[in-house]
Amino acid sequence: MKTAYFPGCSMAGTSREFSSSLKEVLALLNIELNEIDDWSCCGASSAHVTSHLLATALPARNLNLASQQGYDEIFAPCAACYSRLLMVSREVNNNKKMAAKVEDVLGEKLLPTPNVVNLLEYFTQIDKEKLAQLKKIDLSGLNVACYYGCLLVRPNGINELDDSEQPASMEALVSITGAKPVDWNFKTECCGAAHSIPHTNIVEILSKKIIDDAVAHKADIIVVGCPMCHSNLDMRQRKIKKDYPDTKETPILYLTELLGLSFGIDYNKLGLNLHYIDPIKLIEKRLEKEAVK
Amino acid sequence: MGHHHHKHPILEEIIEITGQDPALCYQCGKCSAGCPVREFAECAPNKVVRYLQLGMYDLALESKTIWLCAGCLTCSSRCPKNYELASLMDALRELAIKHNKKIPEQNVYKFHKAFLEPIRLFGRSYEIGMLMGYKFSTFKFLQDMDLAPETLLFKSKMGLLPHIVKNSDKVKEIFRKTKEAE
Repeated sequence: MKTAYFPGCSMAGTSREFSSSLKEVLALLNIELNEIDDWSCCGASSAHVTSHLLATALPARNLNLASQQGYDEIFAPCAACYSRLLMVSREVNNNKKMAAKVEDVLGEKLLPTPNVVNLLEYFTQIDKEKLAQLKKIDLSGLNVACYYGCLLVRPNGINELDDSEQPASMEALVSITGAKPVDWNFKTECCGAAHSIPHTNIVEILSKKIIDDAVAHKADIIVVGCPMCHSNLDMRQRKIKKDYPDTKETPILYLTELLGLSFGIDYNKLGLNLHYIDPIKLIEKRLEKEAVK
Repeated sequence: MGHHHHKHPILEEIIEITGQDPALCYQCGKCSAGCPVREFAECAPNKVVRYLQLGMYDLALESKTIWLCAGCLTCSSRCPKNYELASLMDALRELAIKHNKKIPEQNVYKFHKAFLEPIRLFGRSYEIGMLMGYKFSTFKFLQDMDLAPETLLFKSKMGLLPHIVKNSDKVKEIFRKTKEAE
């Protein structure tokens, strides 16, 4: 299996810490990521709102580039990119008429599509023993709410790894660090996604419900695998707190940041200094408490 | 297949884009029960499907609901008939634009247009360019300015210049040909 890396646009921008923590963690595992040469945007949540053909052709260009470059798998850590790439690979494989239209738009023949894997599938494929051996710091003072959001688990049957209503793969990965995953109700509720800009109020209300439920179930932090969820829960959190003062400040970490913390990687190398809600103070407090016990 | 001739052209287009007939839906309402934006929309998502079933196409095409849909896919996941309602919402927005229907959620539409324009030009999304485009089209110049210094200067979370794909002409071509095909 030759795996290509599709970073997606956010990894170079608003989710820089997702990118740096992913690379730091994989470096410890001696895994190097091979970017698809000349990849372009998947159209994210905007192309499929305006044109089905455009929303199919943009990811299809990347699927085809990966195949042309000899890859048979694409790892897309961004949940939105993953969802678009996977949905389009299904569409061009099942809908011949659409595939022909896409070939016409791209001006090239579509090769067999590579397998598309998300963050959770990618890390679940790595030997758990290997991950456990890297653990330097036990995070067992920390209660974690594993937040999947929408696009890692839906639509139903999107991957064999997880259940779309009660997924559990992230909890299994978080447990490696010693941190304790809490049982809560909002694992797969929507944060409001792309409404962040045109309807900030909707994102505030939906994201507040997610934070509140995590807090009600004793979570110290929320762990995510999606740049859009991260930006809604982290970047928007101060505004949420301003409009709803009863909101309890809750750091939002990427799964790769949590793994990196437990593997002893430097905070700034992981990108923990780039958060709007500072996670460092809280984490140090929790871990100290644990050490004193 | 004589009965196909009796289908309304809008319905034909919906079936062409989504591959499913809205008649599949038996109105159980499970989609609306789990819809995160139900409380913000004037009309429940299953009602949008009902409008289509009754031939009231404009009520569906001009509803706020189709623009408030966040694409979370909860409805598509839970539908007992495997009807992909989220894909229908995409199709209805596309058709509302194509047939110049009234778009009651102008800012949502302007946001998506502003998001797509840098992708057309550079091949990748460009957050600052997108935000500027959105601000100019909506006159919301002050929105989120409190986040700007930190985001741009201290955290460098948005590149000041766009990343340009080597073959960005290829991506421009995708936009041009897609538009042509519609």
